[in-house]
Amino acid sequence: MRTPLLLDIAADAAFDRTALGSGEETIDFAAYRARASQAAAWLASRGKANTAFLGMNGELLPILLFASGMAGTAFVPLNYRLPDADLNRLVARTAPAVLIADDDMLARIAPAEGIELVARSDFEAEFLAGPPPAPAGLPEADNDIAVLLFTSGTTGEPKAAVLRHANLTAYVMSTVEFLGAGEDEAALVSVPSYHIAGISAILTAAYGGRRIVYLPAFTPEQWVATAAAEAVTHAMVVPTMLDRILDVMEQTGETLPALRALSYGGGKMPEPVIARALAKLPHVDFVNAYGLTETSSTIALLGAEDHRIAFASGDPAIRRRIASVGQPLPSVELEIRREDGTPCAPGEHGEIHVRGEQVSGEYLHKKAVADDGWFATNDAGWLDEGGYLFVEGRLDDVIVRGGENISPGEIEDLLRTHDDIADCAVLGIPCEKWGEKVVAVIVSRSGCPDTEALSTAIRAKLRSTKTPEQWFVRDALPYNETGKLLRRVLKAELAEAACAE
Amino acid sequence: MDLKPGSRWKSAVCDAQMVVVRPPSRAGELQCGGAPVLPIDDPAPITGEVSPEFAEGVAIGKRYIDEDSGLEILGAKAGKGSLAFDGNPLAPKGAKPLPASD
Repeated sequence: MRTPLLLDIAADAAFDRTALGSGEETIDFAAYRARASQAAAWLASRGKANTAFLGMNGELLPILLFASGMAGTAFVPLNYRLPDADLNRLVARTAPAVLIADDDMLARIAPAEGIELVARSDFEAEFLAGPPPAPAGLPEADNDIAVLLFTSGTTGEPKAAVLRHANLTAYVMSTVEFLGAGEDEAALVSVPSYHIAGISAILTAAYGGRRIVYLPAFTPEQWVATAAAEAVTHAMVVPTMLDRILDVMEQTGETLPALRALSYGGGKMPEPVIARALAKLPHVDFVNAYGLTETSSTIALLGAEDHRIAFASGDPAIRRRIASVGQPLPSVELEIRREDGTPCAPGEHGEIHVRGEQVSGEYLHKKAVADDGWFATNDAGWLDEGGYLFVEGRLDDVIVRGGENISPGEIEDLLRTHDDIADCAVLGIPCEKWGEKVVAVIVSRSGCPDTEALSTAIRAKLRSTKTPEQWFVRDALPYNETGKLLRRVLKAELAEAACAE
Repeated sequence: MDLKPGSRWKSAVCDAQMVVVRPPSRAGELQCGGAPVLPIDDPAPITGEVSPEFAEGVAIGKRYIDEDSGLEILGAKAGKGSLAFDGNPLAPKGAKPLPASD
């Protein structure tokens, strides 16, 4: 099954429903498909294998994604935040491609073999302006790769994750009800196009029949103003976004009465932030979603009812589920495995493995799924007795101290419960005695943290081996724009300082 | 009749349209309202009657399955006829919708 089918059947059944845009400038489902098909006919005429995109969010993006699928090209959204040299290395890897780039980014692209550069304004003038065209008739395409997404590449050259039409359509059809959205529903999309959530948002909204409203790029002020003005009902945010959204709501007094559902994912949500969100937005259903690029987005989720039950519960085993990512989707299989490959018991920590039609587990020229279809996520985690999944971060981030595996996550969670801790990271730094030692980097609200009291608290609640041996105080921790803590950056900075001691 | 995943069909006797989500494990005929379905782009107009034996309707967004062959169908447009595979009625698939996460 191919992704354009999702738009096709929605456009046939709900042709006059608003699909994209805000205010006066909206595009209905019939025009959405028609414009995509005209763009597809042009893309197909260029004869390039890939359609690359470098730019901010907007109505062009979903039209381009479907056009690319209809034309049989792979869609390759590029990260405009990369330095020019890194960006151009990726551009070269997308060749042969048509590259549509925002006008103010064109100058960043060095001429490259096999790259046909097109200004966004030219493309939009041709395919998004004027009265909606008639749909173009296109032959059935046979390229089964739908999207290539470059991973963030913190450990080396970015890898190109392959998402096939079959993976993405399986994900959408198993998680979304066809035209299940009410006509008044609108999703506010502020994650960038080169993030898996930016891609899956387009597909699920088309199939579900939900209007998409775009923010060109995230700012909390714009997010709140747009959500209010457009009566946005659904949105997905990453943890760092939510905290800043709540700040703006506090300053402006906005209550977002139309908002019904807010999903979050893409990194660990600090419990104080979600607690604050639940208090501030009592009419909103919160959903915590966990997934990876290689799994076509969500594979486990903690629903609204789970949030309420966990928060209201006096039973610590239920209460702590607020920090879980909920249960695996019914359409995927999920297991925690030991290093030797055998399955873990409930409560036992290991690596998260997943299998299902939506799991691609594949990079360009390199398949990463086992022959039996299981994909090792490289995420550390555990399942509780009720099957709730707790994710502890990348396996590479687990600290190995004197043969003992220590997850930074539980130490960080404990630190965050202290009022003075605004943010924190716990890392393993190479050391001669233990192999690695536990160090903490904290952002203190008061500016003079009592690290001895913090050490005592951790020793009392966890154990001495998990107590940081060194403390570093910073003004802020480094994050990428989708809210992922840049642990390796921190680690590299600290390694020298820590071991010198 | 090649019932491959993603293929689109329409009823010959009512307004229903459908998409194959999962193919059947064996060759056979998909029927709606008691008559074989037609490819979505077939120009034939709707003729004939919905058989009273297959008149429970197709609902938009609903899934229908044939347990025996594994055939799974999505209702893409509603119609009065109901679905069958070689004469065996397809059963509506009960599934609780998941909350939106993207």
